[in-house]
Amino acid sequence: MALQIYEHDVIIVGAGGAGLSAAISTAEQGMDVGIVCKSLLGKAHTVMAEGGIAASLGNVAPDDDWRSHFLDTMKGGWGLNDPKMAEIHAIESPERVLELERWGAVFDRTADGKISQRNFGGHRYTRLAHVGDRTGLELIRTLQDKAVSLDVQVYMEYTITEILKNSSGKKVAGAFGYWRITGLPVLFRAKKIILATGGSGMAYRINSNSWEYTGDGPAMALRAGAELVDMAFVQFHPTGMVWPRSVKGTLVTEGVRGEGGVLKNSDGERFMFNYIPDAYVGSIADTEEEANRWAAGDSSVRPPPELLTRDVVARAILNEVSEGRGSEHEGVYLDIASQRSTEFILQKLPAMYHQFKELAGIDITKESMEVAPTCHYMMGGIRIDPETQETCVSGLYASGEAAGGLHGANRLGGNSLSDLLVFGNRAGIHAGELAQKMKNFPKITEEDLEASMDYLDFPFKNKSSGEQPFRLRDELQTIMEQYVGIKRDEKGLEKGIKELQKLRSRTSLLFATGSRSYNAGWQTCFDLINLIDVSLSIAHSALERKESRGAHSRIDFPTPSDSLGKIKFIISLSSGKFDISSASISTPRKELLKMIKEDQTKQKLGGTK
Amino acid sequence: MSAEINTSGSSNSSSNTYPITYTFRIFRGNDKTGEFVNYKVPIDEGMVVLDAILSIQENQDTELAVRWNCKSGRCGSCGMEINGMPKLACMTRLSDFDPATPITLTPMKTFPVIKDLVSDVSWNYEVNKTIQPFSPDENSDFTFQQEDIERSREFRKCIECFLCQDVCHVIREHDKKDSFAGPRFFVRSAALHFHPEDTADRKEWLKEGQGGIGHCNITRCCTDVCPEHISITDNAIIPQKEYVVDNYYSIFGWIKKQFNK
Repeated sequence: MALQIYEHDVIIVGAGGAGLSAAISTAEQGMDVGIVCKSLLGKAHTVMAEGGIAASLGNVAPDDDWRSHFLDTMKGGWGLNDPKMAEIHAIESPERVLELERWGAVFDRTADGKISQRNFGGHRYTRLAHVGDRTGLELIRTLQDKAVSLDVQVYMEYTITEILKNSSGKKVAGAFGYWRITGLPVLFRAKKIILATGGSGMAYRINSNSWEYTGDGPAMALRAGAELVDMAFVQFHPTGMVWPRSVKGTLVTEGVRGEGGVLKNSDGERFMFNYIPDAYVGSIADTEEEANRWAAGDSSVRPPPELLTRDVVARAILNEVSEGRGSEHEGVYLDIASQRSTEFILQKLPAMYHQFKELAGIDITKESMEVAPTCHYMMGGIRIDPETQETCVSGLYASGEAAGGLHGANRLGGNSLSDLLVFGNRAGIHAGELAQKMKNFPKITEEDLEASMDYLDFPFKNKSSGEQPFRLRDELQTIMEQYVGIKRDEKGLEKGIKELQKLRSRTSLLFATGSRSYNAGWQTCFDLINLIDVSLSIAHSALERKESRGAHSRIDFPTPSDSLGKIKFIISLSSGKFDISSASISTPRKELLKMIKEDQTKQKLGGTK
Repeated sequence: MSAEINTSGSSNSSSNTYPITYTFRIFRGNDKTGEFVNYKVPIDEGMVVLDAILSIQENQDTELAVRWNCKSGRCGSCGMEINGMPKLACMTRLSDFDPATPITLTPMKTFPVIKDLVSDVSWNYEVNKTIQPFSPDENSDFTFQQEDIERSREFRKCIECFLCQDVCHVIREHDKKDSFAGPRFFVRSAALHFHPEDTADRKEWLKEGQGGIGHCNITRCCTDVCPEHISITDNAIIPQKEYVVDNYYSIFGWIKKQFNK
């Protein structure tokens, strides 16, 4: 079958916020860039982001600065964050937001005509630059227009199945895959490759992701010799839709709570007051009266417990449901109707209004929403250098959700869009600079290419008595839900790993039928293989982490462990086997360490603002 | 699956017993050849057309081609024609249809068919490149008020589903793809035009260039199908037509205005 070959100095796999940011900063250095999208341009998951971009612009809260943003990020991540990444992220995100505005993004405004900001969980100051509840759409459209204006070559609807290296196996040399329109094989030769493939939410049945989010980047990086880090930490967003069943898992933005929405159980109680963790006692309102004053705009009081971090809120909701105080469809109630005027809700949350009206027949200006946790985001991902975003494989970079390190054990809302902008930009700069110094494209051997071509064909060679990809995916989701979900224990995780390994060996029998053009079954074979490798990485890391921290909850180890709080678990793959090792987390530099300690003391004394 | 009793909230209360079997008559083929195939699918309460298609893919025919992503009306990937009407499959609830009558699904007709329900929309991305991008005054400090952005805000809601392009008869029937941009791109040029910091003038593009806005004779079909409820005709197209007329050749513009009075 004819192989189509393209050459670009830098190839970026993934065209969401991180990929497009990387494409722009590479192209601005005059490099020849190609960006490969699994779907059409502008449809990546970034478009779904609702609430906003965290950046300490200080437009609404003048006392805010990068230091506070750094502290909040580290605290939200339970200290497991890479401190250098957290620092870079906090320092650079305001520049990136202002840059986005200069590229044409239209943010909501303050009374004095600056970019407006809103509250979000775990951010002590009003920090999220936003566009109603359609921030992601504005971000991706702005970035895609900018990239197109810089002549970035866009390859739409291509699936990458493998990262290829040069003959010595030391340098990255190309991305291999196929064009989904024709099903024909394609090779993108490149000097540097940036993986910006996003998350792996499809490993779980109830998720807020689309079909595309199958861990392609982490799985391909792993197979190419790179490492994954922090994989135990899977973010379940506390508020996904629960009814009707067909939209179960669809995201309900944290912005609803940021704009004053409250969580209630079936007794009508604002239950979050019962779930304030020690680390936040003193910095969160402990009476409804104080919370209401805060919602009314009194910045001298502390924010309501509905704005605790996502890990805390998700567990609280599960607990309410399991103790019999859940809503009709096993969620809880999210109520903004009783808190804000119709006009306010329509202006601040138009997409939420639209979504509930059309999909559930609910008018959120009059009625409560029913919500429950949904798999939303991977804190873990490809292990990278905090400053350059390069992996341990020379020439291979990662940024955005595909990469790990910034968020530690739990990501704060709003820190994902800023992550994409800051580290996408950095990956592009570093990859571009180094690509510029390379004269030739690394060579790929004929044998490697043939093996890649064979891999593409394998599902068509299997008999239809083999494994049907959608059925196998269903089995995977059942295993993950049952053994590697929000609450975990040793027995379950061990069982889960065994089941996942069985599933992994069955993937060689996956079959596809019919033509290669736009074939959903065939596509799902490759998606599934990646998903299983990522799922195994999650399960292995979760088994090893014998503590509860952030998004990772072990029933058999219900509290955080001091010693594990200094350790990261790292997954690598050697001859088909998953290896797990540990590395200590680098200590923040002196000045930052001092800040963290002072902040903890201040909070114990009754307030961190 | 047993019936769920629908109480508070859900407006679609119905005493029907779910699942209900619906029949889908789906185009299977490419730009050269094709046929309609019937599929029966058990439908649960609240399901949308895309749910039914994905169910067919998973349980009956893994080759069936459909383009989709977010499944909540945000990304604009799953545009198709449902009983001949351009719609998003993820936002079209099956409870709005009679289960006794088959529902016909076809790809967007205006563009070449790739396979089954997927059409080749790449022309739209080429048209987009012809529009002069956002061009701010480099010395501006970007201070502007909420009221300054309200007008462009409506156009920035566009999710690029291309349903407006599909229904526009200038493209659909007259195939003016070489000299006409279509409603989606009048929305984009309007978004730029009404951006408080943009300084570019796109009248050449609108009049003589790929825009070709004169071809539009305001049938409002685009506005009718927009899932984001953007008033494409009244708020994007007519003001830009007037802008061209007023700024391009004012004496003709004046005469035309007299006639229109």
